[in-house]
Amino acid sequence: MTIVSQARSVRGASPGILGGLGRSFALAAYNPRFLFALSVFLLIFGFGFLGPIILDRREALLTVGGLYDKPSGTAWLGTDNFGRDVFTQLMYGIRTSLIIGCIAGSVATTLGLLIGTVAGFIGGMLEEILMAVTNVVITIPSIVILILLSIAISTRSIIVMGFIIGITSWPWTARAVRAQASSLRTREHVDIARLSGATPLSLIVSEIIPFMLSYVVMAFVLQLSSGILQEAALSMLGLGPSGNISLGIMLQWALLWESVRTGAWWAFLPPAFLLTLIAFSLLLLQSSIDEIFNPRLRRS
Amino acid sequence: MTKLQRYLLNKLAWFLVAFATALVMNFLLIRLIPGNPVDAIVGQMSAGGTATGEALQKMYRAYMEEFGLDQPMWKQFLVYLGNLSRGYLGASFRQYPTPVLQLIRQALPWTIALQLPAILIGWTIGNSLGVLVAYKKGWLDKAVFPMSLFISTMPFYCLSIILVYLFAVNWRIFPASGGYSFAMAPGLNWAFIMSALRHYMLPFLSLVMVFIGGQAVGMRAMSIYELDADYVRFSRSLGVADSRVVRYIFRNGMLPQVTGLALSIGGMVSGALITEIVFSYPGIGFLLFGAIRNQDYPVVQGITLIIMMAVLTANFLVEIAYGFIDPRIRAARAGER
Repeated sequence: MTIVSQARSVRGASPGILGGLGRSFALAAYNPRFLFALSVFLLIFGFGFLGPIILDRREALLTVGGLYDKPSGTAWLGTDNFGRDVFTQLMYGIRTSLIIGCIAGSVATTLGLLIGTVAGFIGGMLEEILMAVTNVVITIPSIVILILLSIAISTRSIIVMGFIIGITSWPWTARAVRAQASSLRTREHVDIARLSGATPLSLIVSEIIPFMLSYVVMAFVLQLSSGILQEAALSMLGLGPSGNISLGIMLQWALLWESVRTGAWWAFLPPAFLLTLIAFSLLLLQSSIDEIFNPRLRRS
Repeated sequence: MTKLQRYLLNKLAWFLVAFATALVMNFLLIRLIPGNPVDAIVGQMSAGGTATGEALQKMYRAYMEEFGLDQPMWKQFLVYLGNLSRGYLGASFRQYPTPVLQLIRQALPWTIALQLPAILIGWTIGNSLGVLVAYKKGWLDKAVFPMSLFISTMPFYCLSIILVYLFAVNWRIFPASGGYSFAMAPGLNWAFIMSALRHYMLPFLSLVMVFIGGQAVGMRAMSIYELDADYVRFSRSLGVADSRVVRYIFRNGMLPQVTGLALSIGGMVSGALITEIVFSYPGIGFLLFGAIRNQDYPVVQGITLIIMMAVLTANFLVEIAYGFIDPRIRAARAGER
């Protein structure tokens, strides 16, 4: 066998990694922590996206009662300071928070993956420059940049919010991806593919990224969680998405109208609880994915 | 040049680059506001009737002059740098002509008094707990670990809200808001200090608990990894006392935790800002909240600058400390190797 045909056969074997993925997903079916975390998250997701349809709540911000009405048969979790139904807002709030988190997570993961892979795979001067930028951006607290950007953009749609959160939170991913890409670069299967005449782009796409896939999934899950929390933080500072309701905006109104001090628990406990639950389920999801892909962490 | 000196110089260079970037960002981003911020605020104030025509004129002229807002961008930047070097951050729009620096100076001690002890105490307790739990295993681990994990994923402000509700509203053990009783004037007398302490407990607890949780989870993972190391097995087989082995593990696991501390300071500060809002605590976060609501841009810009400087400096100090702690860097200094 010539080197090239050998290389071909090895390259042809690279779908093996996908077979490995398949095995990992089979393993996932037996990992109780993974299943638990996933079901909690899917429940929250379903509550936000299907709830309004199933329960026929078409309007998020309809006034149905007075200031902080107690939970009742019509308003299951009472009303907020404007007399709007808390339960309905909760569903729409989850929806907004999840959408923003998803956009932020996708933008951040894509940017991080792009910058990290290019830096790690190509190396040299480009790597130095990209990592210098990453290291500087990582030390500047992102909340400050977020505050300044949000002030500058006076009407912030959900999509714009997602984007500005995303473009401030990529450095972590970029850093970790670079470390992985630069170690993968020296692996034999990459050398063989290179010998067989693969272009740098196809090397990155078929020899580097598939091997980082599990990591990228985990990074996305963490970015999703931090995106949701960043949105909540911004909203509580009064810089949330305009004309929308999100978990953070619910908390902001609850604080501004003294629901905590007047004991109207239904206005602040549900959003606070859901934010915690989302963050917890996503962290658990991430660590159980880690367990599935990383045999060393598996318990006997 | 020794290795340590090289390390320190390298860190200093990075610090300066980040510092410069932060300055430029703080200058540029606020200028992304369409039109110019002074026009916007003056227009709004005259519409709201909060200031008379003459006062507005005066304010407007003062701003244009102080910040050179009618000049090209690069000149504005130079003016900005010049103002900064004199320690001048502009005057508040809302409380004109109170200088921004004065507002920040009133708020900053509260924030520092809240965050610094929370970080230091939380770091120490959290890491000790992490090692202990990993070493002892058993019921202690089973009880402490899930709880730490849960608390550490909780956003600071969610825990704050729950603490206020339970301890201040339901059980009335601690006051619900403010930094001290409104009936008092700040001063160095016994009654005021007691009042400040009572108001301090809840915000402090909510910060320190989340922080302990996070550190314990990280340190536990580090220690479990270390427990597998040869030196631990060897020491145990030699019959070295448990407390001494724990100390070894602590020292080895600590290095990554120090780096972690440097990188998490930024996130912590932002979490703590919102905690202040929950408690209406008279610190930087509460000031920022008010400034955003009132579109008081000079105050916002001053605060973002202070936060960036503080985080960068804290980061830098932790990295310097790391240089002295890490034996790989320190050994070279002592001429070993």
